[in-house]
Amino acid sequence: MSGALGDMWDYLRSSEAWSGRNGLPALAWAHLRVSAVAVLVAAAVAIPAGVLLGHVKRGALLAVSVVNIGRAVPSFAVLALLLPFSLRYGFGLGFWPTIVALVLLAVPPIFTNTYTGVRDVPADAVEAAQGMGMRGGELVRRVELPVALPLVLTGLRVSAVQVVATATLGALVGYRNLGTLIVTGFTSPNKGRMLAGAVAVALLALAVDAIFALAARLLVPWRRKPGRWADAAVAGPDGGAAPAAP
Amino acid sequence: MRDRQASAPADVAVPVGAPPPVAEIGAEPGPPADAGGQVALRLDRLTKVYPGASRPAVDGLDLTVPRGELVALVGPSGCGKTTTLKMINRLVEPTSGTVWLDGVDVRSLPVHELRRGIGYVIQQAGLFPHRKVRDNIATVPRLLGWPRRRIDDRVHELAELLDLDPDLLDRYPAALSGGQQQRVGVARALAADPPVLLMDEPYSAVDPIVRARLQDELMALQRRVHKTIVLVTHDIDEAIKLADRIAVLNVGGVLEQVGPPEDLLREPATDFVADFLGEDRGIKRLSLLRVGSAALRRGPVVGTAASADEARQVMAREGTDWVVVCAGDRLRGWVGADELDRVATVADAEPRRFAAVVRADTTLRSALDVIVTSRSRVAVVVDDPHAGAAGASPDARYLGILTLDDLAEGVTG
Amino acid sequence: MTAPLAAAEPLVRWDWVRDHTDDITAALWEHLHLTAVSVAVGFAISLVLALVAVRWRWTYEPLAGVCSVLYAIPSLALFGVLVAIPFFGLGFRTSLVALVSYTLLILLRNIVAGLDGVPPAAREAADAMGYERWRRLLQVDLPLAVPAIVAGLRIATVTTVGLVTVTALVGMGGFGDLINDGLSRDFPTPIVVGTVLSVALAVALDVLFVGLEWLITPWARARGAAAGGSGRAEVAT
Ligand SMILES: Nc1ncnc2c1ncn2[C@@H]1O[C@H](COP(=O)(O)OP(=O)(O)OP(=O)(O)O)[C@@H](O)[C@H]1O
Ligand SMILES: [Mg+2]
Repeated sequence: MSGALGDMWDYLRSSEAWSGRNGLPALAWAHLRVSAVAVLVAAAVAIPAGVLLGHVKRGALLAVSVVNIGRAVPSFAVLALLLPFSLRYGFGLGFWPTIVALVLLAVPPIFTNTYTGVRDVPADAVEAAQGMGMRGGELVRRVELPVALPLVLTGLRVSAVQVVATATLGALVGYRNLGTLIVTGFTSPNKGRMLAGAVAVALLALAVDAIFALAARLLVPWRRKPGRWADAAVAGPDGGAAPAAP
Repeated sequence: MRDRQASAPADVAVPVGAPPPVAEIGAEPGPPADAGGQVALRLDRLTKVYPGASRPAVDGLDLTVPRGELVALVGPSGCGKTTTLKMINRLVEPTSGTVWLDGVDVRSLPVHELRRGIGYVIQQAGLFPHRKVRDNIATVPRLLGWPRRRIDDRVHELAELLDLDPDLLDRYPAALSGGQQQRVGVARALAADPPVLLMDEPYSAVDPIVRARLQDELMALQRRVHKTIVLVTHDIDEAIKLADRIAVLNVGGVLEQVGPPEDLLREPATDFVADFLGEDRGIKRLSLLRVGSAALRRGPVVGTAASADEARQVMAREGTDWVVVCAGDRLRGWVGADELDRVATVADAEPRRFAAVVRADTTLRSALDVIVTSRSRVAVVVDDPHAGAAGASPDARYLGILTLDDLAEGVTG
Repeated sequence: MTAPLAAAEPLVRWDWVRDHTDDITAALWEHLHLTAVSVAVGFAISLVLALVAVRWRWTYEPLAGVCSVLYAIPSLALFGVLVAIPFFGLGFRTSLVALVSYTLLILLRNIVAGLDGVPPAAREAADAMGYERWRRLLQVDLPLAVPAIVAGLRIATVTTVGLVTVTALVGMGGFGDLINDGLSRDFPTPIVVGTVLSVALAVALDVLFVGLEWLITPWARARGAAAGGSGRAEVAT
């Protein structure tokens, strides 16, 4: 271990670590880019779907199924399955299979949290809004979404952290990112790069987690008072944490 | 203590007679003089200051609970009733002061043993949702390690005592009504036959009709088992109805007055107590008196064979314009003066039913209500267990009449 | 790493499946074994952590924080670090540590939420009737927390089944070995077989837990939906 730490230190001091397409900055940027695109695409799909189903209060079975199946499908397997097709239909190595696997990973938490958040908006709040003459879209925009916002943000946060952590696997199908340092390290006797890559991904994931926590604090001031933010994220007895991690 | 309570069946748990007078307030420290005698429970300068609180929740409370009596703790919300109750079974540890149970400082007993010997009933019943009714009731006997047979027998005995359908025993609490749950809660508290029962607003979560029935059941139960009961309530009527003595607490856990309900209603010691008892204090006193205990008047009674003239004489004597018609001691109805003109005997006038019928064990308060709602000025008193709003059965035994004037006397006398 | 796929290659070659039933069975057992040991160890650890967190409330935040960090580390990164340590190396120990560390947060949160969800009236009644602390925990608190605990176990198990495929990279992968094999030979049959069986295993174990919960919480059935159960949508955290 100490040998590996020393190797990491040596690697970090080398110019190779900080420049070129295999340098940490370039790899980290690629890592973030694929993660951000995946989360945005997932949000664009999952939030409208969750709001719609939550608003009409239908589709509980669908919600449960999406989450359970989503959790059961291993991202690694998705990557492995997609790669041949990506190649066959000319999308090439790397980016596209990675994006698809990550979007599939990111959709379930965002979708269920949005769905549950909107569905469980207190009935009296909805009735009061209707009493004031709000209908359909206006009701969603001015009451249901704001009330559901904390849960939606929690879903985004869970997804983002998992996506950042899982994007690492893209390296296995040829998408160059921080995972590349790890994958190439497996076969190399020098573990310095691998360790550097591992630490970098972990730091990135924790940073994304912290950024979302902060954003939630700023965007949802009314949730700050009662207790800890982290606890607001704890789901009820049926809830618990997130779907398949990397 | 454990052995006695473990072996005694429910209805002979504690020997009782009329409790003799008891020193109201024990000011001197140290164990009560009559350890193991007539005083079951004594709170001695009991004080509780919750951590971080600026004022005590309970402040220097002295209270004596005679054996076999039901003492009600009443007072406004937040005055420390629950805190007081919990200090008795040490769910809350007092800041200072002592609770004596049968002359023993409760702190000298292992806390689990103490609690197994004290029944506890709370508002939401607090049943274990994951255990069947029968297992809920068996909780404390199991903790005490009773043999299985004895536990089964005890569960059935209690089901009968509390009027629980045996079918309910194998259900889970979620499948019971609120009133049934509350009864199971009481059965569970009584399971190991503890001499002392603590009840914290046991009936405040059920609707008024069920509440009245549960209160009646508790009174009937208490007549059989004679527990020493401390009952917390903020329903003053409940306290008046159930308690042998009422202790009124003020905010901060200060004892304002303690005594039998009549005493409080007749002579409230402070303005606070008077306010708390309410403006209709006089009316409330009526609920402490029963029709049978008021001197019943015989009233203008004639036999079925009486002639119209005889009936008019009775009316003149009693100062009424109607007579009660009886066959022997059985009530037949009443006949008005103007109906006598055309008939030979009162029976020919076809006696009409009384609109207001009460029994000897009806409270004067209910009797007043019956009289007022029937829009008559008089109620007939009969010895008929089924008498009620629908009137008396045809052969109810006649006991007398009760007028508004009699009721007024009940309040002032 | 890969060459363009021969256009004629079918998704599944059934003769390959026939010829490799032994390998597939072996992969199933390895997958099950790793999953079972990881979830069991993870559950034991989180139960202890949860009891500590409930007993000494202030420890909850730090404990959950440590578990969150473990949860945020990508499996590949954790493998990378652990493989570098001689005691772990390639194989079972590394896989186990990584898999267990992912179950902790999920299980800890659910067990604590379950214990917190015990009706206060039931807890107070238990105390008032003279339960000792440990006895109340075993006979009242834990049974009532079962639905939440099982919910956590379901998520942890399904997640672990998916993660085991990745442990193929450190030489212990169950169905992941099939997937890895297909990937490196550019041969889709084992990839499809491994993926389908992995999903099927996850779903089967999930259903198993639902059945288990149904069996051990008869009271939750007493009043249908009112008592809650597994049918509700799950909220990711
Ligand atoms: N665990 C506690 N910690 C701090 N303060 C408490 C605690 N329990 C009660 N108190 C405070 O002590 C006072 C008395 O509370 P208690 O529950 O005994 O009142 P109560 O008479 O039973 O009221 P209610 O009729 O509303 O049930 C209140 O001011 C309450 O806020
Ligand atoms: Mg109270």
